[in-house]
Amino acid sequence: MFGTASRGNSFRANTVQKHPVHKYPHLLNFYDKPPLDDITLDEFETFAIDRLRILSEIEASYVRNRSYDELKAIVKAQQAKCMPLTASSEKKEIVRITEAERRKDHISHFVLRLAFCRSEELRRRFVKAETSLFRVRYDMELSEDRKRFLESRNFGWMTLSREEERDEVLMNDLRTVNPGETLWYKVRWMRVPNLVEKRRVCLKGGWAYVPSKEQSSIVFQEFETRLEAALELTAKALPRLDEDTRLMPVLDHLGQGFLSGLSVASEYSSAEGLGDGEEVKAEMIDDLAEKHWPMCMRHLHDCLRKDRHLKHYGRLQYGLFLKVVGLSIEEAIVFWRKAFGGRITDDKFNKEYKYNIRHSYGLEGKRTNYAAYTCQRIITQNQPGPQDCHGCPYRHFSADRLQTALLASYGPQGLSAADLPEIVSAVKQEHFHVACTKVFEATHGLPRGQGLDGESVTHPNQYAAKSREIEKAKLESAGAVKAEVKDDNAMEF
Amino acid sequence: MQVEDDASAPEVMMAFYKRLYPFKSVFSWLNHQHAPTRLFTHREFAFTLQGDVYIRYNSFANAEELKKQVVRLNPSRFEIGAVYNARPRDKKTLRPGALQPLQRELVFDIDMTDYDEIRTCCSGKGICKRCWGFIAVAVKILDHTLREHLGFRHILWVYSGRRGIHCWISDQEALQLTDEQRKSIMGWLEVIKGGQDMAKKVNVRGQPNRQLHPSLQSALQIARGDFPRLVLQDQNCFSTAEQTSILLELLGNKEVEARLRKRWAESSKTSEEKWEDIKREISQAKSSGKDTNNSLYRASEDIVLQYTYPRLDAEVSKHRNHLLKAPFCVHPATGRVCVPVDPLHVDRFDPETVPSVGQLLRELDDLETNAGTDGIQQSHHSGQKTSSALPKVQTDSEVDWERTSLKPYVEMLDAHISSPSLTGSSEIEMLRPIYGRPEPIQTN
Repeated sequence: MFGTASRGNSFRANTVQKHPVHKYPHLLNFYDKPPLDDITLDEFETFAIDRLRILSEIEASYVRNRSYDELKAIVKAQQAKCMPLTASSEKKEIVRITEAERRKDHISHFVLRLAFCRSEELRRRFVKAETSLFRVRYDMELSEDRKRFLESRNFGWMTLSREEERDEVLMNDLRTVNPGETLWYKVRWMRVPNLVEKRRVCLKGGWAYVPSKEQSSIVFQEFETRLEAALELTAKALPRLDEDTRLMPVLDHLGQGFLSGLSVASEYSSAEGLGDGEEVKAEMIDDLAEKHWPMCMRHLHDCLRKDRHLKHYGRLQYGLFLKVVGLSIEEAIVFWRKAFGGRITDDKFNKEYKYNIRHSYGLEGKRTNYAAYTCQRIITQNQPGPQDCHGCPYRHFSADRLQTALLASYGPQGLSAADLPEIVSAVKQEHFHVACTKVFEATHGLPRGQGLDGESVTHPNQYAAKSREIEKAKLESAGAVKAEVKDDNAMEF
Repeated sequence: MQVEDDASAPEVMMAFYKRLYPFKSVFSWLNHQHAPTRLFTHREFAFTLQGDVYIRYNSFANAEELKKQVVRLNPSRFEIGAVYNARPRDKKTLRPGALQPLQRELVFDIDMTDYDEIRTCCSGKGICKRCWGFIAVAVKILDHTLREHLGFRHILWVYSGRRGIHCWISDQEALQLTDEQRKSIMGWLEVIKGGQDMAKKVNVRGQPNRQLHPSLQSALQIARGDFPRLVLQDQNCFSTAEQTSILLELLGNKEVEARLRKRWAESSKTSEEKWEDIKREISQAKSSGKDTNNSLYRASEDIVLQYTYPRLDAEVSKHRNHLLKAPFCVHPATGRVCVPVDPLHVDRFDPETVPSVGQLLRELDDLETNAGTDGIQQSHHSGQKTSSALPKVQTDSEVDWERTSLKPYVEMLDAHISSPSLTGSSEIEMLRPIYGRPEPIQTN
């Protein structure tokens, strides 16, 4: 699409000129060509497992919301352990080491390609993790070596023409977007979608003017695009590998390792272990909402009661949450049917809403049992439109309205106006989960900073589960005495 | 309501598809070439049948086959989807997940519903010439940025039949965009964000009081041209107490807010007068050299954007496999045909004068009544209300739309198709905005 064919040549030409004997002149690798030498079965597996350890750490960092710097430190440490890469050097003994290290890097990458090309989901995650790994290495690389690497490939960026540099209007625009920059490169905007999305570049006639500071974005994007395309090709070629009975078990095993390395995200995908098997009924929701829901769900619940309707993403966010709380599919249908009331007919409900509810329970269509949304997802994705009431109130409400809403919702549970300044200041610093955690502390009579067993809120279901747990513990400690009374009550029903 | 006006009547729709729907033009527009390519044969069509039955993954070898199936199923409307790696109708014979979308026009959907909080003339399903003003300014802004910033040339605007407008971009580059790239465009374009509990929905400066991104400056320039007439005069958006307090909140300056609130409470003022007051506050702050000058001015820019900038339905644009109603379909509720709209004359477009299916069929009938003596239309019995029962040959229906007020709209699509950018052509041609622009017949 962007003249990729010519790049392989320039790479080879450069290799031959500068490093006649070295197979891997650069620490960074775009993995254009698969390794062609003989590999022992043992190497095949151990190399791949070592690389997998690094990639799993990267994935875990995403789930745990680690910052890029934290991620970098972790990858660096993990890499030193599993797959050290030494900087390039002219010295012979070092060259011997780097060649061996880089061969391992090269081979392990391609083995994992085989393991992870088989489903869309695995491909996506592999590309994301590999691109992060490349980025970390790129940032850690010595600037001299990095420059040599960039020169070894043709990335197809253009420098500005004389006319463009003399165009005061254009240059003025460029300086507005990237203050303090002096050098820009030109590429079609499709090559830097992440910069376009955040309006960090100027666009003109389909060309993006990328400041030199962001030049690396083009490199990372190129890496990602090429890896995606290569994986799809590998996926098509893979069935032919079936004949080799020694490889498939290894590859299967590797794929499973990658999947299980990520248990945190799926923790709340099912209702198991929450609510102690106690079934939640549709008519209990009002009561639970008042006592245990975090603000986002409280708001959705109140909107649903007020408008007798929720828009699509509101239904999704709330519906999946309720599923994980323990509302069965039958109860969910009862709940939503009643919530909409007379506003819509039975016919319309069955046609337009029931399917979606069943779909979210994994009973229709693709039959995926969808996980409830995490805070990260609620905050960053599906931004609420003008008439929506989903999202994270700490993120999507104006400060005034947030305070009013918090007092109205949580006042009866002990949130007072004195708690608000601290909450608002956390919101202003964009620490939305901290603000939510503070509300949790205030409404559950917990000391400041205790949070949810020392953690802050990362998932609405975690908030609700913990809240119910605390209530239960309270009831039990009080109930040890009153157990008999309770039994008497039970008799009456 | 007469029988023909009822677009939900199957016989009306049948007559429309048989005699009026420009299958050939729509085919050429999707296919880019004369002989059917994958752009057509691997393209998904979805039908909505009477009674809300929805059939996905249809595909056709050519325009005739599409027409045959449309006439057979007689859908209330049909939608156009992506170009897949195989023929969508073979989906069931493929291994699950093997059918993948490859190409797709970049599409946008602007719906009046998203303007309910700011428009004052209608709400919900209603639309009139007055609220069309919001759509008009949205089209102007979006059309400008699509051409000037993103470099697209082949842009078709289509009235959605009731209260919105669709945009189809068929440049090669647009067709090939990945979902990720489509998502990034939405990030570039979206300005109005935040739910109903966020008063200020424009937060695009990165840091407060920073200059707007040049692309948004150019949008603001277009918006400024329409803001006084549309928002202040016609819609009178700041007249009620509730609207006024939103306006004051948006200024983000408690001192000015209190002063203006007091002044406006004394005597009732129109939106225009209120806006003048705000402008005066800005220039006063400027002359007195207070710091508020900058922030007030920036806030006023954001207000103009909040009331005029296109409100896009983002999900439609983000995914290649999303379906969108085909041009020239009939909106089941209004009976109006989804006709192309010329972005240069979008101000003059009046949704209430768009031909309806009933009107078009009546025009045909009237012609036939008169044509009886000419002997041209022997096969048509004069005076018959609907001619749907009559067997039609292809050539007949191709000329039928030519004799109705649908003609200028079909010609608009045809001119759009024959513009050089679609078939791939010289640089010079690509620099001009492409539009054959016949004046639509305004039937008043």
